[in-house]
Amino acid sequence: MMGLFQSLFTKTFAHGIHPPTSKGQTHQLPIRRMPFSDLITVPLSQHFGAPSKPLVHKGQEVVRGEPIAEADGFMSVPMHAPVTGVVVGVELTPTAKGPKTEAIIIKTHPSASQKVMYGSEYDWQNANAEDLIHEIQNTGMVGLGGAGFPSHVKMQVPEDHQIDTLVINGCECEPYLTTDHRLMLEMTDSLLLGIRIALKICGAKKAIIGIEDNKMDAVAAIRERLDKSDPISVGVVKTKYPQGSEKLLITALLGREVPSGGLPFQVGVVVNNVATLAQLGELIPERQGLIERVVTIAGPGVAKPGNYMVPLGTPLRFALEHAGYFGDASRLVLGGPMMGNTAASLDVPITKPVSGILVLEPTESNSEQQKIYPCIHCSHCLEACPVNLNPSQLGRLAAKREYEVMASQYHLNDCFECGSCSYVCPSNIPLVQYFRIAKSVNRERSS
Amino acid sequence: MNQPLVEIRTSPHIHSSPTVAQIMRNVTYALMPLVAFAVFQFGISALALIVTVVTATLLTESLFAKLSGRENTIFDSSAAITGLLLALTLPPGFPLWMGAVAGFIAIALGKTLFGGIGFNLFNPALIGRAFVQAAFPVAITTWSPAFAPGRFVEFIPSTLTMPLMRPADLTPWIEKINASAGNAVDAFSGATPLAAWKFDGIATDSMDLLTGMVTGSSGETSALLILLCGGYLVLRKMMNWRIPATVLAGAFITALLLFLFDSEAYPDPLFVLFSGGLMLGAIFMASDMVGSPVTPLGVLIYGLLIGFFTVIIRTFGGLPEGVMYAILLGNALTPLIESVTQPRVYGDKQKKGNSA
Ligand code: SF4
Ligand code: SF4
Repeated sequence: MMGLFQSLFTKTFAHGIHPPTSKGQTHQLPIRRMPFSDLITVPLSQHFGAPSKPLVHKGQEVVRGEPIAEADGFMSVPMHAPVTGVVVGVELTPTAKGPKTEAIIIKTHPSASQKVMYGSEYDWQNANAEDLIHEIQNTGMVGLGGAGFPSHVKMQVPEDHQIDTLVINGCECEPYLTTDHRLMLEMTDSLLLGIRIALKICGAKKAIIGIEDNKMDAVAAIRERLDKSDPISVGVVKTKYPQGSEKLLITALLGREVPSGGLPFQVGVVVNNVATLAQLGELIPERQGLIERVVTIAGPGVAKPGNYMVPLGTPLRFALEHAGYFGDASRLVLGGPMMGNTAASLDVPITKPVSGILVLEPTESNSEQQKIYPCIHCSHCLEACPVNLNPSQLGRLAAKREYEVMASQYHLNDCFECGSCSYVCPSNIPLVQYFRIAKSVNRERSS
Repeated sequence: MNQPLVEIRTSPHIHSSPTVAQIMRNVTYALMPLVAFAVFQFGISALALIVTVVTATLLTESLFAKLSGRENTIFDSSAAITGLLLALTLPPGFPLWMGAVAGFIAIALGKTLFGGIGFNLFNPALIGRAFVQAAFPVAITTWSPAFAPGRFVEFIPSTLTMPLMRPADLTPWIEKINASAGNAVDAFSGATPLAAWKFDGIATDSMDLLTGMVTGSSGETSALLILLCGGYLVLRKMMNWRIPATVLAGAFITALLLFLFDSEAYPDPLFVLFSGGLMLGAIFMASDMVGSPVTPLGVLIYGLLIGFFTVIIRTFGGLPEGVMYAILLGNALTPLIESVTQPRVYGDKQKKGNSA
């Protein structure tokens, strides 16, 4: 009864889906450190924007935390050495997405202390916004929620816009993932510090941390540290996918709708992920760089699931072995099961945007569960689509390759590929996949 | 560690049930009580008719699958559903060979021509029904009494009519039953409650309509049973409840307005809801998702229109039953309805309303 009462008054957005959250495997497990692997691979393009430019050469000794690549312009970030060791090469290596990119490969010093020696104290309280943005860029921070968008760019608000609210995304609506949940519990002070830094940059009067109502312990942990006059507060939202989409979170918390094709600042909001701000809260006062992140390793295929603090550049194979991966045939997903990608090989490094590694059971080929039928007009997809598109119609158009009509008349470009439509479709139509193809064809045609 | 087989797939990597095959299977389950009741009420004639029609639809389905080299879709149960629904709308004493024709037409014309499941514009069962309505106007309006004694051992005389032959006149048989039954069965006039109202102005008790203690097509008589079976599908989230709800609402509102206008000339709305094929049509045929719109507003319009047309055809048309044509009309209007009811997209500049 209480649950029903509560759910009636908990904020949320329209539509969406309720996949099994599958978080029980890891949400109780404190963050543990993962040891250093012998080889660390730091791709120069782990973020959205221009690849970083290497500062080191083969044979050079590097110390953990030392900058090893610099940002190439504003739309780029630097890289820091995740381990103390020696650079064994700057060369093309495979990445999770497929194509090879340039990366700095470091051989770990087995006997080094691995203490972070780099950095210096920084009085952020007396710095101005411009300075702070510069410092954020220096940390190499990107959106840790999965987007990989450089954080300093995101915090830079166009001059003619006023920001009144900073929204912090602690929804973690993807099944299996529990990194944000653990961070909110274990790095609460760093998170609040990060939020205060972000508040200072964007000039907002208040900050709201949006947390789904399946993480009430995190809500309590944060509320405990805030008094009434604090500009920071917690907004509890319904557990529903994709509640963690920034536009939908804004709608749930503030009742504002971000214009189609627009960005949150147009409605006076800046959104950041809890993991991003918690890390910034640790790095900024010490002027250090991002060299590790929390990753949930879970799924039926691992013996020791958990939340691991993983040095960036750790090979997937090493991380999985550490988590007790059986090594059977399976599906490896980087990120959450709704929006993550399958990893093409075990020899790719873990990069900044990777929030989870899931080992799922292989799909049974040829089963009834897999067979694709034509659309039966059940309208489940319309009821699921959080931005109110008509995936059924879009799917029918995609089958006829009418990609331009999809964009011009059926708002294809408002689709943010959350996967809700594919998730519910009883005909197993790979709707999102169709939409990705349609978008990329359209992009090619228009360029 | 050996290099394991890693599967490459695009997101999402999880999927909810049910799948189409599961839905189809459950619809067949949901129709079983109706079949059982039809057999209980009309005996072996109804059973033979249902078996014949379903066999015809299944055979036609595999025949066309073979001809077109497509994968045989017989196991997705959709052809069986078409057959069951079709059989349930036919009079229990309908000649078996005509039933087979109806089944063939339903699949051949109603489904396969459009490219198979999912591509058909119209509900295939109704195509079959409409065809035999036109081809065999007498047989399709020849009703036999419910709960006739000996219904489990003896066929209704018209059932076993030889192909291409006229069915036997049922009058002598009905007279015999009426005579022998005494007060066990009320004297049977050969008219369904709807026809009795339309042509003779005789109203049937709503309670009898609800429980199915009346005559009519094999599976349309018990409104209550149909409601329960539909409820099962709604509970299992395998049917969009909005469609039957709006169809019934449309019919009820239209009937109510007519009734308020002149309660002598028009039947009371409850009679309208529970009589004839409306319940079966609303719950099992209008809701066949393939021919219905996907947009929420579209569903509302579609359902209301079907309900409205059903009552209009019943009241002002030449036929006692209109639900079949109303649904076909609704199917035909679906593309149009969909195109004018596209949902308003999140963040769209336009306020409310259509953005198509
Ligand atoms: S993937 Fe796109 S179309 Fe599908 S539900 Fe998400 S936003 Fe809607
Ligand atoms: S969920 Fe699938 S079958 Fe249902 S309307 Fe959407 S695309 Fe069609």
